[in-house]
Amino acid sequence: MATQKRTVDVALATTGVDAQGRPQRVPLVTADDGSSVAVEAPPAVEPELAEEHMLINIGPQHPATHGVLRLVLELDGETVVRCIPHVGYLHCGFEKIGEYRQYNQIVPWTDREDYLNSIGNNCAFALGAERLFGVDITPRCTVLRVIAMELSRIISHLVWLGTTCIDIGAFTPFLWSFQRREQVYDLLESWVGARLTTSATRVGGMAADIPDGWIDGLRSFVRSFPSTIDEVDRMLTKNAIWVGRTVGLGVMTPEEAVNYGLSGPMVRASGVAYDVRKDFPYLDYETYDFDVPVGTNGDVYDRYLVRMEEMRQSVRILEQAANRLPDGPVNVDDPRLILPPKSKATSEMESMIHHFKLVMEGPRPPIGEAYVAIESPKGEKGYYMVSDGTSKPVRWRIRPPSFVNLSAISKMVEGHLLSDVIAINASIDIVMGEIDR
Amino acid sequence: MTAPFEIHHPGSADRNAPAPVSPRQVPHRGGAENPSAAQIKAKFGAAVRRIDVVWGETTVVVAPETVLDVIRWLHDDPSQQYDYLSDVTGVEFRDLEQPVEVVWHLRSLPHRRFLRVKVQLTKNRPLEVPSVWSIYKAADWMERECYDMFGIRFVGHPDLRRILMWEQYREGFPLRKDFPLRGRFSRAEQLRQALAANPEARYSLEELSIADAFEDLPTDMRQRLRGGERTGE
Repeated sequence: MATQKRTVDVALATTGVDAQGRPQRVPLVTADDGSSVAVEAPPAVEPELAEEHMLINIGPQHPATHGVLRLVLELDGETVVRCIPHVGYLHCGFEKIGEYRQYNQIVPWTDREDYLNSIGNNCAFALGAERLFGVDITPRCTVLRVIAMELSRIISHLVWLGTTCIDIGAFTPFLWSFQRREQVYDLLESWVGARLTTSATRVGGMAADIPDGWIDGLRSFVRSFPSTIDEVDRMLTKNAIWVGRTVGLGVMTPEEAVNYGLSGPMVRASGVAYDVRKDFPYLDYETYDFDVPVGTNGDVYDRYLVRMEEMRQSVRILEQAANRLPDGPVNVDDPRLILPPKSKATSEMESMIHHFKLVMEGPRPPIGEAYVAIESPKGEKGYYMVSDGTSKPVRWRIRPPSFVNLSAISKMVEGHLLSDVIAINASIDIVMGEIDR
Repeated sequence: MTAPFEIHHPGSADRNAPAPVSPRQVPHRGGAENPSAAQIKAKFGAAVRRIDVVWGETTVVVAPETVLDVIRWLHDDPSQQYDYLSDVTGVEFRDLEQPVEVVWHLRSLPHRRFLRVKVQLTKNRPLEVPSVWSIYKAADWMERECYDMFGIRFVGHPDLRRILMWEQYREGFPLRKDFPLRGRFSRAEQLRQALAANPEARYSLEELSIADAFEDLPTDMRQRLRGGERTGE
């Protein structure tokens, strides 16, 4: 039985081109007798793959970019030749809006930039504004803010841990860390009434003191939380897959890390022991006994180790803070800043006028400027505020740590494989709300 | 595997310096001055316009043409070692007569010092300052953001493109005081423009030109690329 052989021949080299300059189409050649007709196919020309670079686009809608980050990668085979990051998809103009708000009205915006560290941002903003007002907060408020900041560091590192594990292919630590994170959010909720968007601080104090028994809840969390770190530690630190996917990736030398302005775990993993809490302390951090973990290889694995150890150190700080929390007022005794109690504002004329004027006109700092930086979970978070003597800042600048950390990604991913880009990007611990603001 | 890095400790330059403490009772004016300020004054003389200490932070206002030399000296000189660039930003005041300021926040990790360097730019001239990208790679995105938001051109920056706003954004510079809070166009007009925009336009022309898919581009984009159009400026 004669087989019908159909051959498609697109012999580019043999035939000519048509009037438009396109290669002429070669009609299908059908042999009616398989044995007699043998269509000579031209030798297949392999495309010169080695010389062709491929452009691949990751994001902005991609789960592994941790938000609306877009990376345009130029690949040679599977190796990254060039990486062009694009940010700005979440830009909301926080800094512009801040110029139209009184200082206390800006606090809710600070929740929404680095939303994993919202209560820490509240405290940082309040610290900056208090510098601008020339106010020293009360001892109780100082310790409460330390507790808030360390809790939010734990939250942020837990989210980082969970999402990075998912990026690299481990699902279980994600569940463990999010379970613990939920407990911290329960604590925050019973304190300020909100989980994510806390808006916990006011200039000169806090929106609320902690409720009765809250410290007991904190203590029980602090007691039980290290077991989760140990579990994750046992699961990942010596895991062959985890080590294989993280060691030696995205290395930054100490000199590069400092020159690129990296901060937080990113710079410490590279062997630079720069921690704002130690080097430019605030909130009496110099009186707490804690260590700054430092890596020595500057790769993704060291960043993981540094963050794990930072959570342990945060637990140490929380223990000390819970033990030393003094009694006394939370807010400063300054009628220029602090509202009268609501019961008085609704019953006494003077208090009502005071309340009204403070809310409508807002407190006015003297002319000046202040840059106050804290050690946020992502790195050095700075608030730079300029006042011209009115109740609204002339300029409210956020120094976003993950923005500056991300700017080094082009350097870090160069020469690595496409799949390693995901791991390196995860190790930066970016929050797009903070990057785009 | 390469050898592990040596650990760098901040504050290592002067070991006898007292341990840093949290600031308390910071005076509004006239606090302790950063010793670098006087050293800049001694070195650069008339280029230093003013030295302020506001809320415990030292500000050195220098002439725009010397700022690169000052910052390079601060970075390179062994007695200063300002190796860390915290922030680059701009400030425009509500009083439109006042000059626009460009602010660099520098840290010296070995000396644990913090210094603010400032430049004032009068508005009747193009807003231009030298870029410090050649000294600090950290300046890359921060200068781009400052250009994007204020229109301050950083001369010498290798890739001065918009960063938070898209590259084809033509409404102006959002953080300038003459820019209305809600933008220059109405919401309806903004929506119309967004819907009418070509999604391909979000690719910058630079990255498309490296693409092998050049021949697959729409005709108009190919023409713009051939015409040498670049979106940076």
